[in-house]
Amino acid sequence: MSGRNRLAEVEDDPIVAGALKHFKASVDAWSEAAYSQPRSAVMTTRHTWRLAATWALGCLLAAGSLAGTLYERHVQRESARIAAMKAAIKAVEQRAALVHKTAEQPVAARTNAAQPPIAAKNASNEDEDLLATVDSDVSRQVPAAMEPLAQLMESNGAN
Amino acid sequence: MDAGVVNLRRVVTSTNSMAAGTAVKPMTAVAAEELAAREFASIVESHRPQIFRFLLASLRDVDLAETLTQECFLKAHRNWKHFRGDSSAMTWLMRIAINLQKDHWRNRRLQFWRHTQANAVSVDEASDWLPNGERNAEQQILAREQVAQVWKAVEGLSARQRTVFLLRYMEERELNDIARVTGLSEGTVKAHLSRAVGRVRAELRGTR
Repeated sequence: MSGRNRLAEVEDDPIVAGALKHFKASVDAWSEAAYSQPRSAVMTTRHTWRLAATWALGCLLAAGSLAGTLYERHVQRESARIAAMKAAIKAVEQRAALVHKTAEQPVAARTNAAQPPIAAKNASNEDEDLLATVDSDVSRQVPAAMEPLAQLMESNGAN
Repeated sequence: MDAGVVNLRRVVTSTNSMAAGTAVKPMTAVAAEELAAREFASIVESHRPQIFRFLLASLRDVDLAETLTQECFLKAHRNWKHFRGDSSAMTWLMRIAINLQKDHWRNRRLQFWRHTQANAVSVDEASDWLPNGERNAEQQILAREQVAQVWKAVEGLSARQRTVFLLRYMEERELNDIARVTGLSEGTVKAHLSRAVGRVRAELRGTR
């Protein structure tokens, strides 16, 4: 039996048909009564309060999150500053320790390091003598054009 | 096309003032809007009680039915210019009402019936509404019992079966119209209806 036939059979049942008729009449009566009934707008106030409360809560949350972010940033900056300060102090301490260590080194070692060898000293004396000889030789051979100036310098030196 | 001139074919034809073969006169935007507003007002006046009745029977909650009826007509008003008249205005409005009911259900995240049942009137209370007619007291009691049994059966139906059942036996819509409104095939509508009526019959038989 198809669905359509089954449906027709059920709809033809007088008890079902009567019950459905009563059901429709009942809903119609209820709907008409409810539709024509005046309604108050009590919910509006509650909605306004709810809206205001939602806004207040939203603002509070936003302010809280902003304050939290700022505090977190401040804490990060402070910790960075403290870390930089600690690093600087450590560097100063290391430098001081190095200076102290240098001051405690043996004097003999420093003296040996300061005195040049004798051969090197002799070589440098010879160089100085040679340069002095050359200078005196060159200064004696003054060009003719510079002769008045040379005489003037000699006379100044004599005075 | 001029900016201030529109040619609303649907609005103009709905006035029945245009004879066949007559040239369509362009209307000003203001005149067309006024005509559409008048047309929509008449639609609201004629169909609002039906939409309210359907939602009330679906939800058994007067306040919720009123709210959804208002939302239905608000939505219809916003989309009125897109309504091309392919189906009747009642079919279009009923489809909007059913979709609103579904949306409301989804938004409640399956707590819709719990909420509805908390605010809805009981089956017995709903059965109290019965026109007096010409029946005697005994017939009145029998009718009330039957109405309570139908309500009980309707309460046990699925949402889709309930919608189809109410559209058929309360709104007295044709099967093809119910199929258009619900977006189901006609065969599916028949199947839902058959199960729903079978349940009503079983409920009535059980107490016989």
